[in-house]
Amino acid sequence: MDLNTIKQFLYEYDGPDMNIMEVCGSHTAAIAKNGIPGLLSKKIHLISGPGCPVCVTPSAYIDRLLELAKQENTCVVTFGDLLRVPGSEKSLRMIKGEGGRVEMVYSPMDILEMAKNEPETCFVFAAVGFETTTPVYALLMQELVKYDIKNVKLLTALKTMPEAIGFLCENGAPIDGFIAPGHVSVVTGSKIFEPIAEKYDIPFGVSGFEGAEILTALYAIVKMRGQGRVINCYPAVVTAEGNVEAQESVETFFEPADAVWRGMGSIPGSGRILREEYAVFDAGSRDLTEDKKKNQACRCDQVLMGKIKPTECPLFGKVCTPLKPQGACMVSTEGNCFSWYSNHREV
Amino acid sequence: MCVALPGTVLELDGDVAIVDFSGNQVRARAGLVPVVPGDRVLVHAGCILQKVSTDTADEMEDLFREIDEILSE
Ligand code: SF4
Ligand code: SF4
Repeated sequence: MDLNTIKQFLYEYDGPDMNIMEVCGSHTAAIAKNGIPGLLSKKIHLISGPGCPVCVTPSAYIDRLLELAKQENTCVVTFGDLLRVPGSEKSLRMIKGEGGRVEMVYSPMDILEMAKNEPETCFVFAAVGFETTTPVYALLMQELVKYDIKNVKLLTALKTMPEAIGFLCENGAPIDGFIAPGHVSVVTGSKIFEPIAEKYDIPFGVSGFEGAEILTALYAIVKMRGQGRVINCYPAVVTAEGNVEAQESVETFFEPADAVWRGMGSIPGSGRILREEYAVFDAGSRDLTEDKKKNQACRCDQVLMGKIKPTECPLFGKVCTPLKPQGACMVSTEGNCFSWYSNHREV
Repeated sequence: MCVALPGTVLELDGDVAIVDFSGNQVRARAGLVPVVPGDRVLVHAGCILQKVSTDTADEMEDLFREIDEILSE
């Protein structure tokens, strides 16, 4: 079998309609960039899912970061993606403009140097992420504990994918197959999706981020229609078991918890928080459950659950653009609305 | 947010690795998976997340065989 056979199959497919969700925001971006919708038969529909940790972070979490940034001797440290995400009123970038202290970094580990240079300041890392990023926070925790560093804390909004995918299946999202998140699978292993695949008789393809890899995964998913199986189309970095050492580090510091997803509400067991014995490192993550919309007309919830396309939101491209985002999906470069907008995607 | 890029480990000093991304050299933390200089690795948020296996050609062949087998069941 080669890529041309796969392309031809996907283009000429004339079986029952198939809705395939790419859970991961990086896939949404790669699909748009590679023009994949145009290579598929009209019977194959791609739906974007809740796969960007920035997009699913609830407004209460942002609001808490804003409070912290305004406090004396406190500095919020974050990945750049989070800066423009709206809380119930404002974003981190706005607070920074008003004199709040917010620093942007590429790696959570950078906070160690900052903390060392300014022992009087409390540095709070905005620890958002899925299974991919949680091991990095576990590495950071290792350092904090080992060197007894007291002026670094984490405000966590950590999420786990299988529970969220299960929630979508449970709540009638019309999905016949999933492109499983690639980098999440690097850590968790492809095995983690097997129970859901079996329970709902839905095929999963673990995919990389190149056009050819995505097409291969789509091919496998379409061929496995109705079968509860997981196939690993990203064997260069994904194994069945995943990175067991990383999983163990995560286990050491974090435990499962219910988590609130923007637009979807609380999903049991779909998050991670610091274990009780490390609670001193927590900047108040446990009670951040509220999720107020900045703009009531924003339909991020339905977009994230694959119930509507971004273009079906009445604000899309008019009131809501990457320069003036009304909802989180228009902020992150991996956000569904952002990706559709910036690639002029229509189907 | 969670892009991860493949690079090659050039040096390793304790838990700190120098990783080459097609000519750009960047410091990355090791510690989530054992690595040695020369390894291809996937880096996310400044940390090495996993090793990249280099015999992907074989693996893709296995994969296609698996898909074929599933189909013929
Ligand atoms: S790579 Fe991870 S964080 Fe990034 S979009 Fe995919 S699942 Fe989400
Ligand atoms: S287009 Fe904007 S307002 Fe509409 S769902 Fe997307 S982010 Fe929300």
